[in-house]
Amino acid sequence: MTAATLTQAQIEERRRTRRTRRALLAPALIIIVAISVLPLGITFVYSFLKPGTYGGVIWEFSTDAYVQFLFERDIFDGTLQFNDSYLTIFMRSIGLAFGATVGALILGFPTAYFIATKPREQRNLWLFLITLPFWTNLLIRTYAMLLILRDEGMINLTLMGVGVIEKPLSILYTDTAVFIGLIYTYLPFMVLPLYASLEKLDFRLVEAGYDLYANRWRVLRHIITPVAKPGIIAGCILVFIPGLGAYITPALLGGGKKLMIGNMIAIQFGSSRNWPFGSAAALILMALVVIALLIYARAAGKGARAHG
Amino acid sequence: MAETSVPTPRRAPRARDLKAMPGFKTIGWACIFALYMPLAVLIIFSFNDNRSVVKWTEFSLRWYEAALENDGIRNAAWVSVKVAAVATIFSTIAATMAALATTRTAAFRGQGLAYGIINQPLMIPEIVTAISTLSLFSLVKQATGVTGIGYLMAAHTAFCIPFAFMPIRARLEDMTLTLEQAGADLYATPWQSFRYITLPLLMPGILAGAMLAFVVSLDDVIITLMVAGPGETTLPIFILGALRRGITPEINAVSTVLVAVSVILVIALFLVQGRMKK
Repeated sequence: MTAATLTQAQIEERRRTRRTRRALLAPALIIIVAISVLPLGITFVYSFLKPGTYGGVIWEFSTDAYVQFLFERDIFDGTLQFNDSYLTIFMRSIGLAFGATVGALILGFPTAYFIATKPREQRNLWLFLITLPFWTNLLIRTYAMLLILRDEGMINLTLMGVGVIEKPLSILYTDTAVFIGLIYTYLPFMVLPLYASLEKLDFRLVEAGYDLYANRWRVLRHIITPVAKPGIIAGCILVFIPGLGAYITPALLGGGKKLMIGNMIAIQFGSSRNWPFGSAAALILMALVVIALLIYARAAGKGARAHG
Repeated sequence: MAETSVPTPRRAPRARDLKAMPGFKTIGWACIFALYMPLAVLIIFSFNDNRSVVKWTEFSLRWYEAALENDGIRNAAWVSVKVAAVATIFSTIAATMAALATTRTAAFRGQGLAYGIINQPLMIPEIVTAISTLSLFSLVKQATGVTGIGYLMAAHTAFCIPFAFMPIRARLEDMTLTLEQAGADLYATPWQSFRYITLPLLMPGILAGAMLAFVVSLDDVIITLMVAGPGETTLPIFILGALRRGITPEINAVSTVLVAVSVILVIALFLVQGRMKK
């Protein structure tokens, strides 16, 4: 009898916990599902509709948005012709994001290693210095980069002052500018996970390597890099994914000529007034992100097995 | 006397620093320099008494005065603060509740899904969230006819939640349940134990979450650009528009103020978290 009532009380208690939990979770989940998750579904639906003349959509099924990605319809006879201009933008975006990832790795790895070998009490300050720019406005940081890269910017004035070059290098509004801007923007994302891995490195292993007549390169290659691998993979994904969807960097530093996917999507919802095509491009971007994440999951899984 | 005859010991060859890698230190310093140099130039030239953002003439606050007198900037600043304040309040409350529900409990069904949903805004490229939210809001506007700044505030609240959630959750995970249990032993009701034990202990985490949410909302460009209606220009959107018309030191002045606000808040946040650990 008592045992039964006790379980009854326990059941009641558990039910109450669950109710409280649901009530506490509800606001956050409802807001995000309604404003962030559900709209993705709308974007999916929109990508199969026809564009309205003044923006928006006409509720008629159509796969034009996806066809338009690769083909152009002739205005006169309606035949499809291959058109690579959008494909070019996608390929350029992938190339730039990939290049920026490699560049950030080449710069970020030594930086993270440098911080990880600092005395413990100094490390937090260094990490803080790396993170701080991330919390300042991305637009303003990009504008600051624009000031530096301009024809009469700091880089050109310095180079001309030293006498390395006669005429200013026109860096701004080129792929190079976007590339530099992407590295500048996302470098902290590379350094932080790299640091997290390198911090765990046991330097007695490095010492053992040198004792066994390994040179610096071999120590770096066979002792330090394997330890840093999870950080390398995480850092690459954290730079590549936002780099692929970048909007501000190409808009400012590419000067509207060197578009990336992000700008192309924004234009469809602005002056081009082709929401279905913009939605389709957004979904293709999402697909690329998912592919990158799958590669990440595989690489991370492999790394875990190798070390486990 | 004797000392002079003792040969000074030859200095032992300096032990090679085993940790050091050639060039790594240089690259490390260069990266820090490269991260701050552009911002430093921007800030310095906001105090320049000249139209130029390149040639230094004299220290002056004239661009700050000009920015203060500019109605566009004043309105944009007001919109920014309004939106960030509302988004911070709602996102911090929602994030605190969600963190209370998901930490310090046995794993429950749907926990992973709940984390996944809360972090969703961080996992999707911002431009995709921006155009999706625009599509949703235009549908809602068509259906209800309701317009206003509420939409922008709602969008900001959504993407601020994961940022507010992070430090609050971290703080809760560091807290043991012992004090609440002691409270319960002394016949505290669940509400009393929350109000007088959990909430005061959690306060630094909530404060940190709110500051992050405020900074993130204040700095947002892409979602605001897509969602904001006429007359809802925030400071970053104003700066973007001004940049399209041409570069002026006035933009540097406004930018410097925005950077200063973010930096001050983030430094305060680190100090709060540093004290939390002690």
